[in-house]
Amino acid sequence: MFDKRKLTTLCIAATLAMFAVGCKKKTPPPPPPPPPAPTETKPEPPKPVAPTIAQFSAEPTNIQAGQSATLRWEVSGNATSVSIDNAIGTVQNTGNRRVFPTNSTTYTLTASGPGGSVTSSATISVTSAPPPPPPPTSRPTTTVEQRLNSEVQDVYYDYDKSDVSGEGRDILTRDAAAIKSILADFPNASIVVEGHCDERGSAEYNLGLGDRRANSAKEFLTQLGVPADRLKTISYGKERPQCTEGNEACWQKNRRAHFSPGQ
Amino acid sequence: MKFTRLIFPAFAAGAMLLLAQQSTIDIGTITKGERPAIAIPDLRGSGEAQSFMGAFNQTLWADINGAGIFKMIPKTSYPTFVPQQPSDFQQPTAPAPAPRGRPNQMTAAPSGGGRWMQDWATPPVSSNYLAFGYTAVQNGVLVLRGWLYDLRNPAAAQVIGKTYLGSVDEAGSRKVAHEFAADIMALFGGQSLAGTHIYFNSDRTGHKEIWMMDYDGKNQRQVTHFNSTSIEPAISPDGSKVAFTSYVRGNPGIFVFSVDPVRDLRFYNQSASVNSSPWFTPDGKQIVYSSSAGRCCRIFLSDLNGSGFRPISSLSSIDTEPKVNPKTGSDLVFSSGRSGPEQVYRMNMDGADLERLTDGTGEAANPAWHPDGQLIAFAWTRGFSAGAWNIFIMDVASHRVMTQLTHGEGKNEHPSWAPDGKHLVFASTRGGRSQIYSMLADGHEVQQLTTVGSNERPVWGK
Repeated sequence: MFDKRKLTTLCIAATLAMFAVGCKKKTPPPPPPPPPAPTETKPEPPKPVAPTIAQFSAEPTNIQAGQSATLRWEVSGNATSVSIDNAIGTVQNTGNRRVFPTNSTTYTLTASGPGGSVTSSATISVTSAPPPPPPPTSRPTTTVEQRLNSEVQDVYYDYDKSDVSGEGRDILTRDAAAIKSILADFPNASIVVEGHCDERGSAEYNLGLGDRRANSAKEFLTQLGVPADRLKTISYGKERPQCTEGNEACWQKNRRAHFSPGQ
Repeated sequence: MKFTRLIFPAFAAGAMLLLAQQSTIDIGTITKGERPAIAIPDLRGSGEAQSFMGAFNQTLWADINGAGIFKMIPKTSYPTFVPQQPSDFQQPTAPAPAPRGRPNQMTAAPSGGGRWMQDWATPPVSSNYLAFGYTAVQNGVLVLRGWLYDLRNPAAAQVIGKTYLGSVDEAGSRKVAHEFAADIMALFGGQSLAGTHIYFNSDRTGHKEIWMMDYDGKNQRQVTHFNSTSIEPAISPDGSKVAFTSYVRGNPGIFVFSVDPVRDLRFYNQSASVNSSPWFTPDGKQIVYSSSAGRCCRIFLSDLNGSGFRPISSLSSIDTEPKVNPKTGSDLVFSSGRSGPEQVYRMNMDGADLERLTDGTGEAANPAWHPDGQLIAFAWTRGFSAGAWNIFIMDVASHRVMTQLTHGEGKNEHPSWAPDGKHLVFASTRGGRSQIYSMLADGHEVQQLTTVGSNERPVWGK
């Protein structure tokens, strides 16, 4: 029964639809209304707007000489040219750049476009003196130890003596020139004057004797112009003998001032 | 003769049995002929205790022998039966009855085979004293029952009859042996050294470090672990601290450590290229040392932490090795090159009354006070070539050289007195590398205490 009623409804709908089509053809509907007439005159092209500097910063703002800082910037809007002074020049609208100012510097970013120019500044404070100049390009490739071993001779002493004898004075005079040259080539180096003794004296006394030997050598070098503040002394007494045989040839080798690199 | 006056009163108390005044200088030990003879057969342990008896018997023998006041009867002469307790002794039987026949009686003296006291008092043993006893483990404790019999007084022979307790291990067996030995030695005026220590520096790890050991060379242990050069130990009077010199921070400087536990007590080193050769004052509250502050080297006195330092010798030459008189605390000996070759000097703690003790011949160093504050032992090259050190003893007041204890057997240096004042420890190269030896103050009973590496600068203290 429901099916029959549905069918009936469909038939009526179809009939009505056919009727309606026949009606439209007979009476055209009114055209849609025209668009509304403009209320103003035609607008001018948009006036150019100056670009906007969304960001211009330095990070960090305080550095020590030799360190770097990073400039960051972001320019929005219509910019035809973005540049930073202090020899950086033209840059992209958005970017960053590491800079190495040696003095406190204010960087100015200028963004220009048809709408005009805007600027923004960022200052980096450099807090200390500039670092020392780089080492000379002809930096020696040898070490202080190698130079000492090849250019500076040990000085030898008589038994139970700490004064520099005749031959020792000649050696130390040559050593002074070599040491000055080494210290000039290695501006940060210091040199240790080691005092040593042979095995015969008492160990405790030799600790003092080695100290006196190292100091007499240091004083001699200082008088010849070697800077005293770059010479340190240490006594090894008879704790670190060069030679361990019990004869005079060996003892003589141990009664010495020896030169080694400082820290 | 001054020396005999000084030494014998203190020593006489327990020495009645054997004392006979010497016409020659003596260091308080007894000459061989006067020493009481003692037999010490090996003691046995029951059950678990037996495994430690090797260490026990070695320790007991070494202590009594090392005391230097006994004639030790060799074990090879002892009878086969060894009593372990008083009830093991038997009364000698009456002379043998007739059946054996007279000829036998004449050739073989009656013997109990060790069961009779007279077996130990007559040849071949011929001892005056017999030490015997046994050990056992009881309730987890090592128990020593120890007796000393005076064989010349059979009616009341027992001089010592005591029980000693220790842990059930080798250390425990050594402890009870030391205690038994100490009681025996005390009867004859001997002072046990058990519990005393010797500090020294050794390179056995590849670096010179400070080490310590028991007085008999046992229980050697490392104190510092600096991997540098650490030398010149000194012991505080109470034995709780050790001072020494180390290169661990560059130039030689002084350190003061507690011993148990080992801890750096932080000694302040004044600015100087050398601070070295520290020594404690007798009250343990100050340090004397040698410093190159200004110029090398003067004797300084400072507080235990290095503060309040001040020089007490005037700058002349190399002054080092200050040793304060342990009895008075008011004067010190030291070595110095102020008159030429190194010699030994004495002065008051304020630097006054400076005098040279050695006569200027050879080189003299390493002064070490006897506990009595009257004598020093020191190293001297007198009569030998430079560097050929030997040990001598001097009476400080008279400057008189009493005796020479070593005679060219290698280099003999750094003597240090034992707390008993009768023994010395020293370093010698007699066997090749430097090793540490102890000896009686008459030069006898030399015992080697170290064998590994090179060992130097012994000091004997608590």
